[in-house]
This record gives sequence, C-alpha cells and structure tokens, in this order.
Amino acid sequence: MTEIIHDVPAGRVGVIRDSAQSTPAGLFRRIYDILTRSPIGTIGGAILLTWTLLAIFAPWVAPYSPTKIDPELIADPYPSAQHWLGVDHLGRDILSRLIWGARTVLTVAPTAVLGAVILGTFLGLLAGYRGGIVDAIIMRVGDTLLAFPKIILYLIIIAKFGASAFNIIAVITLSSAPIIARIVRGVTLDIKNRDYVAAARMRGESALFIMFVEILPNARGPLIVDFFLRLGYTTIAIGVLGFLGVGLPPPTPDWGGMVKEAYGMIFVWPHMTIIPSLAISSLVIGANFLATGLREASLDG
Amino acid sequence: MLRYSAKQLLNMALTLFAVSFLVFALNELSPGDVTRKILGPYASQSQVDHLTREMGLDRPAIVRYFEYMGRALTGDFGDSIYYRQPVSTLIWDRLGNTLLLAAISFAVIVPLSVLLGVLAGMRERGWFDRAVSVFSSMCASIPEFAMGVFLLGIFVVWLGVLPGTSPLRADSGWAIWMQFVLPVLVVTFYDAGYLIAMVRSSMVEVMRQPYIRTALLKGNSFRNVVAKHALRNALITPFTVILLQLNYLVSGLVVVETLFAYPGFGRLMLEAALAKDIAVLEAGTLIAVSVTMLTQLFGDLGYMALDPRIRV
Repeated sequence: MTEIIHDVPAGRVGVIRDSAQSTPAGLFRRIYDILTRSPIGTIGGAILLTWTLLAIFAPWVAPYSPTKIDPELIADPYPSAQHWLGVDHLGRDILSRLIWGARTVLTVAPTAVLGAVILGTFLGLLAGYRGGIVDAIIMRVGDTLLAFPKIILYLIIIAKFGASAFNIIAVITLSSAPIIARIVRGVTLDIKNRDYVAAARMRGESALFIMFVEILPNARGPLIVDFFLRLGYTTIAIGVLGFLGVGLPPPTPDWGGMVKEAYGMIFVWPHMTIIPSLAISSLVIGANFLATGLREASLDG
Repeated sequence: MLRYSAKQLLNMALTLFAVSFLVFALNELSPGDVTRKILGPYASQSQVDHLTREMGLDRPAIVRYFEYMGRALTGDFGDSIYYRQPVSTLIWDRLGNTLLLAAISFAVIVPLSVLLGVLAGMRERGWFDRAVSVFSSMCASIPEFAMGVFLLGIFVVWLGVLPGTSPLRADSGWAIWMQFVLPVLVVTFYDAGYLIAMVRSSMVEVMRQPYIRTALLKGNSFRNVVAKHALRNALITPFTVILLQLNYLVSGLVVVETLFAYPGFGRLMLEAALAKDIAVLEAGTLIAVSVTMLTQLFGDLGYMALDPRIRV
C-alpha cells in the first residue's frame, strides 16, 4: 500500500479558477471534455461506471443470493450455463458474490475517502490560513499519524476494537486526512496573499467564508485527481484487509475475503481465487486510469 | 548539516515518544485484558485480580509506561503471551528475514524503475512512454494479493516450475533461492509500478527545461544531453521517494509474507494483532516507526548531497 504524497506545483493552481467551470453545468462540460480527450481516462471511467451500476442494481442484476450455500454444486464448481463464473467452495454463486461485493467496496471506499477529504480539507485550510501555532499543531499531529506504517495502524486498531466497516472507514480517514491536509495547505499558502483574498478581508467577510468560498475552489483540481487515486488505493487497502482476514466479518460478500477463503484451494479450484482477484484489479485500474486522464487533461489546461 | 541532523534526531525522538505513548495508552488502559488473556476465559475474577496485582498491572499507567520505555531502551520488550518467549528474540529474527526479502526486492526494483522511467520520460508521449505509462499504471493498480494469485496460478499451478510457499527451509524440496523468486516478483511488480511513474514524471519535468533545449541546440547529441545534463537532476526528486519505499518494504510485506507463508516481520505483526498479543504489537510498532523516521532522515541528508542548491 504505497501512498502518493504529491505536492501541488505552486504556479499551476491559479489557472483553474478563471475558466467557465464556476457553474455546475460548466464543471460537467469540462469532465465530458476531459473524458473524450483522454482515451485512458475514458476507459477508466467506463470500468468505474460499470461496477457502480452493478453495485447499485445488485438486487436485480445478481442471478442468485450471494450467501446461499448449496453443497451439491461443489461436485462441479466450474463455470457453467447456470453459474457463469462457477461457484465457490461452499457452492455460492461467484458472479452474485462479485456483484454484491462491488456494493460493499463501493460503499466503504468512497465513504472513507470522502471522510478523509472533508477532514483533511478543513484541517489544511485552517493550518494554511491561520498559520503560526495552529499550523504547527495540525501538521505535527498529522506527521505523527503518517509515521505509522499504514498496515500497522490498521492492525493496532483492529486488535483493539475488532474488524467492522466503521473501524475500516475510521482508520482510512485518519491515515489519509493528513496527506489531503498537506495538499490543501499548500494551495492555501499560495492563494491567501492574492489580491482577491485581501479584498474579501477588506469587505469584512468571515474567516470561514474566505477559507471555503475564496480559497477552497482553487484546490478543486488537485483534490478531484487525488480523490480517484485515493479511491483506488482504498479499494486495495480494503481488499488487503479482507485477504489478511481482518476485513469485514464473513457473511458479507467481500472481494479480498473471497480470495482469502478460497486461497488454500488454488491447486484444486483456481477459478475461485483468480476471478475475485481480477475483479478487484479491474476496479482499481479503472480508478487509476480515470485519475491519470483527469490529471493529463488538467495539466494541458 | 550537523546541526540539521541533530535537530531532526530530536524531532524523531519526540515523534517516537508520542507514538509509543499513543500505542501504550491504547493497549494498556484496560490492564484486565492482558491477564484475562493469559488465564483464559474460565479463570475466576479473583484469580485475574490476583495476577494483575502480581504483575504490577494495577499501578498507574503512566508509571508502567516509563518502566516499559526504560526497559525498551535496553532492548527488553517483555514477553509475548502468545508465543511464550521474549519479544526481542522473536522480533529480530523475523525482522532479519523481512529485511533480506526487502533488500533483494530493492536491488531489483530500483535499477528497473530508474531505467524504464528515464527511457520513458526522455521522449514524452512517444510510443515507449505510452507503453511504459500504461504498464506501470496497471502494475500499481493490481493489489499484491491479486498479483500473487495470478503468478501462483501461472508458475506453480499451471507450469509447476516454482514453489508455492517460501518457508525458507531447505527440507521443503525446493532450493532456498527458488523460494525467493515469487515473493520478489510480486513485490517488484507492485512497487516498481509506482516508482516508474515517479521517475518518469520527474524526467519529463526536467526535459522540458530551457537548459535542455539549449544543450540540444548547441549541437550535443540527444544521448549525451540525457546522460550528462538531464539524468542527475531527474533523479533528485525520486531519490526521496525511493528511500521511502523502505518503509513499505518493512511492514507492507505482510501480504506477500502471508501469500507465501514467509516467516517475516509483517506476518508476525498480523498474528500478534489476531491473537491480541500486545507486547509484540507494541515493540513492532516502535521498530517500524523508527525505521520510517530513520529513512526520512537519510532521505533529507541524501537530498542535500545530491542537490547543492538545497541548504537548511
């Protein structure tokens, strides 16, 4: 679980503000432009969209119940006309488990990343805009959290509080927020001495207004790219936790957990581990390709 | 530079102090847990209380914390309640195995990423650049356990040319060096994917600089410009990132170690977490955090040595 800590190049952040995207329609137009211009971004977006739709419509799309055990099917667990991707070691339909598993990961991962973005944005704005002791404390606490190797932070929390969706979300939020805070702080430091911020201060706007309305929009570009990159990493993290047996508790269909459960049987029934491994890889590739496309487009201006 | 190092070391000690206190507080605020764990679920409450008193766990947490740190500084981390041996013997042995795997992987990853990253970045948006970018992005996107499953499927299940487990014992039927092939491959794919992208983007950045264009227009050969003018500057930024990979290689190997039953540090931490073996978890966290901070320090020092413009 490597982590990208990218600093925002100072000269570039100003560019994003003046274009036509201050309205929601403008933003969508721009996303549309980006997607049609970058083939990699388009592929990534399509993969992500497919999994999202499958996750949303899981109850109607999944051919079987993801938790229904049928011991008779284990005699011939391979893909067939009834079970397109075969069944697992307990006779559960793999396709149905994948579709419901998409729902799990696409609920937990975006929630965790969104939590980290909200917390990190707030702290980053505060640290950058206030400066001084507030800045020192926030960044110091963040550095301490970052000093923990991520996986060890998970293990400590899980040893203490047990594995649950909430704990996974909390841990990811805590360990990603300092990095996002760093990005937002960099932008804030660059922007806060511009004339229009000074003008807002002269008008007597509150600090909150200046931070969120005047400064924050400048961080939108880097934050959107970071969101999709982080979505990929978080998906990997959730998969890894499942694979290590410290993820979501068992009956929940979870891709990492599926790999773990069938891993011992890879010599007998390889499809039970290979198929969920392909699923999780495709989702992460989708998120990373989309992030690459967005970044290329935003650098081109 | 000396003053800087001293300042950083002090900073490190403070962070380490904060981290150790956090972990200690999280785990030891409820001392009944440890004794209950030792005695098992059928012990009576009075037995638990008795042992708690005997082990001195009823004293204030802050006193026990300083006692613990005092002993930890001399290398004594207490006993593991799960493995029933001193934590120090257990942990150094496992850490040695992990460092060996990390060192071999590192020796493969770094030259590979630098080579591919530089070759891709020197002609931005050329066909080789495109190919390498897609390749590295794919590698970084496939979780280690998934990559492990794919490689295992090909080389062990299908072709049968490599061992599927790496317990590092000679009696397992496979030569020791062969037991390293798959773990190193899995780590390399995942980590190189990320590093190649770093080196490439740094190289692209450097090749856009005016001085490169000047050097080319003066009639230098492309090769010469890349080797003599671009390379050194392009490797400054990735240098720190490369060093930071050491952190990942110390604790992040837990997945690979679990995949291949490799007796390493990460798996020890996982087992300790599952067994709620607090003494091992605490010691392991302290060691892992120390490694993180040391690599950061070396990263900063190396950064200054590489780039004479940076002074602190």
